[in-house]
Amino acid sequence: MSTKVYVPRDSSALSLGADEVAMAILVEASKRGISVDIIRNGSRGLFWLEPLVEVETAQGRIAYGPVQPQDVPGLFDQNFLTGGEHALRLGLMEEIAYLKNQERLTFARVGITDPVSLDDYLAHDGYRGLRRALQMSGAEVVKEVTDSGLRGRGGAAFPTGIKWNTVLNTAADQKYIVCNADEGDSGTYSDRMIMEGDPFVLIEGMTIAGIAVGATQGYIYLRSEYPHALQVLNEAIAVALTKGYLGENILGSGKTFHLEVRRGAGAYVCGEETSLLESLEGKRGIVRFKPPLPAIEGLFGKPTIINNVISLASVPIILDKGGAFYRDYGMGRSRGTLPIQLAGNLKHCGLVEKAFGVTLRELLYDYGGGSASGRPIRAVQVGGPLGAYLPESQFDTPLDYEAFANLWAVLGHGGIVAFDDTVDMAHMARYAMEFCAIESCGKCTPCRIGSTRGVEVVDKIIAGTDHAANVQLLRDLSDTMLNGSLCALGGMTPYPVLSALNHFPEDFGLKKNQQAA
Amino acid sequence: MTQQDLNRQAVQDAISRMKDQPGALLPILHGIQDSIGHIPEDAVPVIADALNLSRAEVHGVITFYHYFRQTPPGRHTVQICQAESCQAMGSEKLTEHAKQHLGIDFHETTGDQEFSLEPVFCLGNCACSPAVMIDDNVYGRVTPDRLEQLLNNARKASQ
Repeated sequence: MSTKVYVPRDSSALSLGADEVAMAILVEASKRGISVDIIRNGSRGLFWLEPLVEVETAQGRIAYGPVQPQDVPGLFDQNFLTGGEHALRLGLMEEIAYLKNQERLTFARVGITDPVSLDDYLAHDGYRGLRRALQMSGAEVVKEVTDSGLRGRGGAAFPTGIKWNTVLNTAADQKYIVCNADEGDSGTYSDRMIMEGDPFVLIEGMTIAGIAVGATQGYIYLRSEYPHALQVLNEAIAVALTKGYLGENILGSGKTFHLEVRRGAGAYVCGEETSLLESLEGKRGIVRFKPPLPAIEGLFGKPTIINNVISLASVPIILDKGGAFYRDYGMGRSRGTLPIQLAGNLKHCGLVEKAFGVTLRELLYDYGGGSASGRPIRAVQVGGPLGAYLPESQFDTPLDYEAFANLWAVLGHGGIVAFDDTVDMAHMARYAMEFCAIESCGKCTPCRIGSTRGVEVVDKIIAGTDHAANVQLLRDLSDTMLNGSLCALGGMTPYPVLSALNHFPEDFGLKKNQQAA
Repeated sequence: MTQQDLNRQAVQDAISRMKDQPGALLPILHGIQDSIGHIPEDAVPVIADALNLSRAEVHGVITFYHYFRQTPPGRHTVQICQAESCQAMGSEKLTEHAKQHLGIDFHETTGDQEFSLEPVFCLGNCACSPAVMIDDNVYGRVTPDRLEQLLNNARKASQ
């Protein structure tokens, strides 16, 4: 019997040479007349160890990493196929503390299964949620989601069940389920990992949503920067369709749900839900006024559930194990788990799925291992390019939507980007304004004009021109953008700008105690 | 057939395959760019006619999205991530190095038509910053030396 060897097909693993490693293992095995069965799994999310190779042995899956092609002959020499000793041997995968200390609910299968094998998915509790949902009424399914306390993981944290309920109760000849897979926030990659590592869980979540509210068509709006995710999703959708998990008469229930992936085209603003809907309709991604809410008049004017990838991918386990099971994780009004993504200047970047309540400090040091450069961590941006910068004094904040709101910060999509003490925060504030100017859809004036003026004002502050007046002007401008913009792009760009100014005034040519100026 | 004929053919193919889908414009534009690398100017009236849109509407959509390009790219498109996570790991130096090495700025193509250089805002490879994408391949923890090596490999591949 041939030994199972796992080499991830996740984009980040590929970016570090996973394909070359898989090829080297095949070549070396055939040279030695050994039969190996290489499975291209998703990534476990311990990226400093990628390419991470796992071998199935009688004791469990033994990990080796990071493996480069030139390490492969030596691994064979040391009998890695039976878990042999080697400098790169990490021991039992499941025992690695970084992974062992997590609470993986949404990511339960990622890295374990072959992403496009339906049999593997079914063998690891896949489609149990859908089977249960098919025995329930739409209202019961929606209630289960409401009871779980799940809030939108895209960033806005709106209760998912309430959104679903609105669509359920809006009568229409056609309804839609739209998955927002336009994961544009820097420092985030959990959507990509799920789509590449366990696409069926997203497909199942969307199918449950469709059946619950009576929507027969779904779209995954996927950003163009994710070609590997596109390939895996299309492969998995084709399998699901052939095996009766998508299309007409799903599992003999008489229910219909069709699913299609649509590619975005490099516009950050299309991660905003109404702009995304415009884009799906084939138009410029210009933000819509709300109301009407997408749940009432969404895609093509029809009631539409539009949810982030992680929100939808969390639905199957909620339906399988019940809303109460999920709700028992977390703190306060932040229920369940959050797949946190550690990025930037950290030694151990990776995916950490934890119940809400873990502190930033635990994530940065216990998981992240401190900075990659070895210098002190000075600032951390949480929640993408529209998220606030937090200084060291706030690192003990627990990850909880309300705790972050109290600091005038956001959790967003759970991305954490660390910077060491070489960062220039005035430069980062300028970048935030510049990014907004590049990506603004142009519909509302505060965002379209404000962002360009913002870059100019920060430049003047950096140059020391009419300093006090320009600092005041930056505050006034931020106030206008914050309160006058149509969507979160213009409305939240002041978060990184003002948090940089308030917490790091010395980078703006102000004295530390001058921040109230 | 001339290149122009082939391009016209590709435009027609994309239109006839996808024009009846709801919201067909983006899929059609992707289809065209996938096969010929950009959206030629003379495709605009053809698409507009097929979808019963004005030329202005089609032009407006093409120019709204950063991904769609109206001029042919080089044989390889090099995208360097400019977002925060990559900045925290030295993407600005890497970008400067790429510009100097290739002798072009962003949105330009080298004289030998080999490389087009583009900024990109996040490749989802933030755990392995700084990130670069060359054609459809992502690379992580890219140093200036590694970038030169990757560019050389790409150049060899197209010879």
